[in-house]
Amino acid sequence: MSSDVLAVAEHRRGEIRDVSYELITAGHHLANDTGGDLHLAVIGGDTERFGEDLNREGVDYVHTVSEGEEFNHDIYVQAVEALHAELDPEVVLMPNSVNGLDYAPAVANRLDIPLATDAVGVDYDGGLTVTREMYGSKVETTVEVGGDQQAVTIRGAEWPAAEGVGDAEIAEFDADIDTDVGSTVTGFEEVGSGDVDISEADFIVSIGRGIEEEENLPLIEDLVEALDATLASSRPIVDNGWLPKNRQVGQSGKVVTPKVYLAIGISGAVQHVAGMKGSDTIVAVNTDPNAPIFDIADYGIVGDLFEVVPELIEEFE
Amino acid sequence: MKVLVTVKEVAEVADDFEIEGTEVGERYLEYDLNEWDDYAVEEAVQLKEDGPAEEVVTVTIGPERAEETIRMALAKGADRAIRVWDDALAEAELLDVETKTNLLAAVVEEEDPDLVLTGVQSGDDNFGATGVSLADQIGFEWGAVVNALDYDHDEGVAHVHRELEGGVEELTDIQMPAVLTIQTGINEPRYASLRGIRQAQSKEIAPKTLADVGLDADAVESDLTLTSMYEPESESDVELFEGDASETAGRLAEVLREKGVAE
Ligand SMILES: Cc1cc2nc3c(=O)[nH]c(=O)nc-3n(C[C@H](O)[C@H](O)[C@H](O)COP(=O)(O)OP(=O)(O)OC[C@H]3O[C@@H](n4cnc5c(N)ncnc54)[C@H](O)[C@@H]3O)c2cc1C
Repeated sequence: MSSDVLAVAEHRRGEIRDVSYELITAGHHLANDTGGDLHLAVIGGDTERFGEDLNREGVDYVHTVSEGEEFNHDIYVQAVEALHAELDPEVVLMPNSVNGLDYAPAVANRLDIPLATDAVGVDYDGGLTVTREMYGSKVETTVEVGGDQQAVTIRGAEWPAAEGVGDAEIAEFDADIDTDVGSTVTGFEEVGSGDVDISEADFIVSIGRGIEEEENLPLIEDLVEALDATLASSRPIVDNGWLPKNRQVGQSGKVVTPKVYLAIGISGAVQHVAGMKGSDTIVAVNTDPNAPIFDIADYGIVGDLFEVVPELIEEFE
Repeated sequence: MKVLVTVKEVAEVADDFEIEGTEVGERYLEYDLNEWDDYAVEEAVQLKEDGPAEEVVTVTIGPERAEETIRMALAKGADRAIRVWDDALAEAELLDVETKTNLLAAVVEEEDPDLVLTGVQSGDDNFGATGVSLADQIGFEWGAVVNALDYDHDEGVAHVHRELEGGVEELTDIQMPAVLTIQTGINEPRYASLRGIRQAQSKEIAPKTLADVGLDADAVESDLTLTSMYEPESESDVELFEGDASETAGRLAEVLREKGVAE
């Protein structure tokens, strides 16, 4: 029986991404339980520097695969497949990042092993159990993942980043990769700059789908003016074209760290929270007492924004 | 070109709900078209309106009830629909990625599309994996989390933007045939017009069993077993303001003044 853990690091434009260090923490925890070693893989880019950087406490081996500069899913799938064949690990851990979503399912399919995505907890006690959320974080579930080997993607920012220099063995892994691939990254583009930089704001009033219609935007603009705050939003508001992209807070938008973040009609989906959880004080107005936003809020009003907002405007006029 | 769009009916949980065993009580669930699939349908219909696509077919894994949702996609311009379901699927507690991949791959084999569009994820079980897994299974190229698509028919290439984290987009060329998982915001999904809704009534929704797509009950056997479901324990120490709107707004105003962000 195999019992090692293989975790695949992530990097972009020359930088290791934080989720890689979180993978080490999750992987180390798991390898302790499986009684095996923690193997780390880093594929493409400046693998020599990355390898050194990933040698943190808890890592037993770092395998570097020098193929390609940036992420390419065809190359990642082949590299992980080859490493899997060589190491025969019990569990493969990958990040539940946008790039993770672009190769992890293919890895699991190709290896014909079960896949559990977006894990917020992983435990091993003779078998693998994964904790995941459903219905927009309203419920949590535990899932037993059968089979002899498994693949898991882990949610970012759920595990602390591994620190401290380790004593891993770092070595190049020759993966014999077919580089005649069907997808080619041709560049990157920054989006979302514009008139205001919400990441600089001290006081943010942020609105979500709870405002229902574009016609309700002026009500919020009145509030923003009365409070002398900066207007931001969750993703659906931007998707609908009601506000420009540079106002979006979250994983694919901006990270903000104001003194006060007032979230109005926002449920608190994990991709939204990723962008605002560092705010000093979080206040939420939401009709749903079970909305996940209340789990991270300091103050809250369980109520209808269309009643609360006009009252609040009155307070400051 | 033929475009196949995976369309899922997802359950949304009411504000107040109860968990019964490893499920949310049926009476607390409301069903709707998966948000991400709505954008995938729109993208496919636009490909048809703009020329390159001749036919848009949707495929759903779901019970008869799902036809209401499927009709929405048909009303928005899809040409016909396929719905896969039978007793073995109805009994399965959790349809894992592998199961969905097997079923959809069987439909792809029959339909032979040039492009498959799926949503990035579904709002209920949130695996976010079926599209890419399917691509690998059927030997198509793929792209996940696509928020711009420029299809070049002559070259047989889809020029896409993939939306990465932190306001960065990756520009990628993907060889056809391909599976693309569609992110919200790629377009503006239309509302179904009255005319569309009327026309949808006469469009075909073909029900199919596992056997119809050449599979047996084994295809539904899952390695994933849901063992518990609960409301997450909140570590929150949120202070909730009590009272009517004017009282709660008053308390909130106090906090804002205290924190020095408003006067
Ligand atoms: C790869 C990826 C990246 C993403 N990136 C981002 C991102 O950067 N930022 C982001 O925000 N999202 C992002 N999302 C989307 C995210 O998953 C959620 O869909 C989104 O955050 C939900 O926005 P919301 O809270 O406004 O809407 P909903 O989840 O629909 O919540 C609306 C809330 O309003 C409340 N409400 C309704 N009516 C009222 C009322 N009258 N008064 C008060 N409250 C009311 C409801 O109770 C509900 O809680 C991303 C998703 C994916 C898959």
